[in-house]
Amino acid sequence: MEKQVLRFKVNGDEYEVFIHPKTLLAEVIRDHLGLTGTKRGCETVSCGACTVNVNGFSVKSCSVLAIQCQDMEVTTVEGLEQHGKLSPIQRSFLDHGSYQCGFCTPGMLMSATAFLNEAKNPTKDQIKESIEGNICRCTGYNSIVRAIEAVTQGKYKEE
Amino acid sequence: MSHAKYSVINTHVHNIDGVAKVTGRATYTFDVKLPGMLHGKILRSPHPHAKIINIDTTRAMDLPGVKIVVTGKDTLGIKQGIWRRYEELCDEQVLPLEKVRYIGEPVAAVAAITEEIAEAALDLIDVEYEVLPAVYEPLEAIKKEAPTIHEGVERNVNVTRHIEWGDVDEAFEEADYIREDWFKCSGQAHMCMETRAAVSNFTPEGKLTCWASTQSAYYTQGLLAGVLGLREGDVRVLAPYVGGGFGGKFELDAAMFCSAVMSMKLFKPVKVVFTREEDFIASKRRTPMFYYVRTGVKKDGTFCARESRMFSNGGAYTGMGATALYLSGFFHSFPYKWRGYRYDGYRVYTNTLPSTSMRGFGAPQAMFCSEQQIDWICADLGLDPFEVRRKNGHTEGYEVPGQAFIASCGLEQCINEIEKWVKSKGKLPANRGIGISSCGFMSGGIFNWFDSPYSFSSAVVTINVDGTVELHVGCQDIGQGSNTTMAIIAAETLGVKVEDIRVHSGDTAHCPADLGAWGSRQTLMAGNAVKMACEDAKKQLLEFAYAEMGINIVYDLDIKDRWVHIVARPERGMKYEDLVKKALRAKDGQRIMGRGYYTPHRKGMISPAYSYMMQAVDAEIDPETGRIKIHEVMTAHDCGQPINQLGLIGQLEGAASMALGYAYLEDMPMEDGKLMNPNLVDYKVIRAPEMPEAGIIEIDTYEPEGPYGAKEAGEGLTNPTAAALGNAVYHAMGIQMKELPITPERILKALREKKEQEAQK
Repeated sequence: MEKQVLRFKVNGDEYEVFIHPKTLLAEVIRDHLGLTGTKRGCETVSCGACTVNVNGFSVKSCSVLAIQCQDMEVTTVEGLEQHGKLSPIQRSFLDHGSYQCGFCTPGMLMSATAFLNEAKNPTKDQIKESIEGNICRCTGYNSIVRAIEAVTQGKYKEE
Repeated sequence: MSHAKYSVINTHVHNIDGVAKVTGRATYTFDVKLPGMLHGKILRSPHPHAKIINIDTTRAMDLPGVKIVVTGKDTLGIKQGIWRRYEELCDEQVLPLEKVRYIGEPVAAVAAITEEIAEAALDLIDVEYEVLPAVYEPLEAIKKEAPTIHEGVERNVNVTRHIEWGDVDEAFEEADYIREDWFKCSGQAHMCMETRAAVSNFTPEGKLTCWASTQSAYYTQGLLAGVLGLREGDVRVLAPYVGGGFGGKFELDAAMFCSAVMSMKLFKPVKVVFTREEDFIASKRRTPMFYYVRTGVKKDGTFCARESRMFSNGGAYTGMGATALYLSGFFHSFPYKWRGYRYDGYRVYTNTLPSTSMRGFGAPQAMFCSEQQIDWICADLGLDPFEVRRKNGHTEGYEVPGQAFIASCGLEQCINEIEKWVKSKGKLPANRGIGISSCGFMSGGIFNWFDSPYSFSSAVVTINVDGTVELHVGCQDIGQGSNTTMAIIAAETLGVKVEDIRVHSGDTAHCPADLGAWGSRQTLMAGNAVKMACEDAKKQLLEFAYAEMGINIVYDLDIKDRWVHIVARPERGMKYEDLVKKALRAKDGQRIMGRGYYTPHRKGMISPAYSYMMQAVDAEIDPETGRIKIHEVMTAHDCGQPINQLGLIGQLEGAASMALGYAYLEDMPMEDGKLMNPNLVDYKVIRAPEMPEAGIIEIDTYEPEGPYGAKEAGEGLTNPTAAALGNAVYHAMGIQMKELPITPERILKALREKKEQEAQK
């Protein structure tokens, strides 16, 4: 198959990349755009480290072809912060110590961000389900759940 | 007990790497990209045991884009191991010359301009093997007729360890009741989110720089230099952010070695990253153990003697497994006083992936056997499990004969707190039970099998003109938060704020040597070195302050929250920043610099200090399916003075999650030496919905050997959980789980057997 042009927005910026159609979104983000905040931890769409948001939905970027994102808007962890101001979930993660090695953190934040955009007064179980696809080997998840819960309770506003 | 008013210690301090981690700025070895960098891939053995007859790399070399293919013949062929003080335990050629000993063992490596080309080239390497008979289980491998895995190693016994104190036989004679059990403890994958990764860059100056996902930059430096024939000083190891370690990342791995070998031949940077599958099949694992445990007690529950034999599945090579053999045997006695104790451990080579240290270091296995058997003995004799543990538990000032001195111990309070918590739960519904387990753990090992000529920990602190502080440490932050802990200790000691401290770690060229992140050593050992370095610097500042302030020498000075003051009259003083500026002038412009180090002396055989804890697991078992639901985990925990509040909670919750995984989910089943679940679909770890609340009750003690009274936290809590879950299952269903993990199949089997036995009666 011949290479194709992918035009899409990443963190608000327009990009045009020339890629083989089998290239994964995760590869374009990391290798073509150099946005290494997005991690990869498996080859089986199991760990969630590569989670990004595509048109507001949480997507494992190793599970979609980049070319499928033609004309779409992708947000990666680098897009959560605006001019040095951290997003509510980022600040809540800091306060709750919701990361240790930090390798799962970008994916975890992106799953949480998509969830927070949709969820209205979620239960704790719903919060846990929202990050079910993301493995964290360090924290035991509870501090992450507390951080998401604090945002749903309005303790962190957009700055 | 409030020992002192601390300004920084045990306050709500954000992790100093937090902003980098939540914004995606944190760069791991996985993310390192250098100009002209090549990508490496490793060809691995499909056979558990085979002679390498020939490797033909011609076809692979002809593939456009391939820059090099290396095999064992392209290396110095040095057998290496982390127990480098003992030649016979250095038994691993990362690219073996003569034979392979497990499925997944590296046999060749390729570097190419892209990862895809390197991957494609692997298929073009022709390896001729002569397949040899293989053996996979220690109790088989130790038999006379078993195949020899390492030439000259009789019965495949890699290392043995004997621990004994007291008159064991006499103590058994005094016992009213003796119980014997066999247990089988499984392996566990470290499953770090960042797989093994390294980028090596060898340049014509003859110097190697290696970015590595390692728990100890210093060990990696020493081991790499050894196998490459370089001087340690010509090898610089950088460990940027590290995506987890858990005991699996301080030996030399194939990513480090193969990238370095290829870079040295090409004079170009080479990156090797393990796939998740490679990480599962070829990056070592928690040591599987068979335990025979014989325990004698008096009618009233007083412990008399214990005699245990342990056979561990060492896999193909030694690595850190030798240490796990010792520590498992020692912690198997914990946290109790035995009149007589005897342990014989045998680490046996098999044709499986090597086993090594993993969080808990042999103790989770030891506790699974010990703490369940104690509950069964209590049931056999009609004794109260809390009372029996209290009666026999370690106390402050106790000496484990010839092994260890216990200077601080909050075990009794831990037991009391958990007893209260369990009783507050009242009567539980059917098929639900609470199990308990107590344990303790070390705060760093006293061993020096690496033969380091350096202090175990070192720190250098430098104070800039504006009072900001550069702290250089060799200890390694692998996510556990040691950079933050060291910043807290430095800030407290110097009397400044955490944001004044910049921590430099993970770079052998700029940081002093330190053994790194293993065995729960850093808070105590590196913490002591940091405290000493900061006290040294502070003393130099205060000497000048005495002169500057012209105060009566009966007064003493201190610095707190950037305020230099007379302790008795805190309002009299000067700004810390002003003092630094003046002191700098007074010293002819030399920056204030403090040095600190720590090596334990006269602290027994194992560790300078021990944490203590008791954990309760509340679990419900579905008798139809055998499935377990964990309702809650509660721990009472004595880690001395907590230093890093947020970090401590995170470490303890994280330990509970990893230990629950070990207890009932994670398994590494093999067929003919082949791992059957080398991916995250089939290898089950705890995910958010399964994770229960895991509360902590802090027990306040003070450890005299630790910095500000601190000792171990975060690793030791991996120890009690499998045992506590086993005990919960026992109390809920009346079945004894002697094999890990506690799977639905094993529960159903035990329930069936119980039914059959009852029918026979």
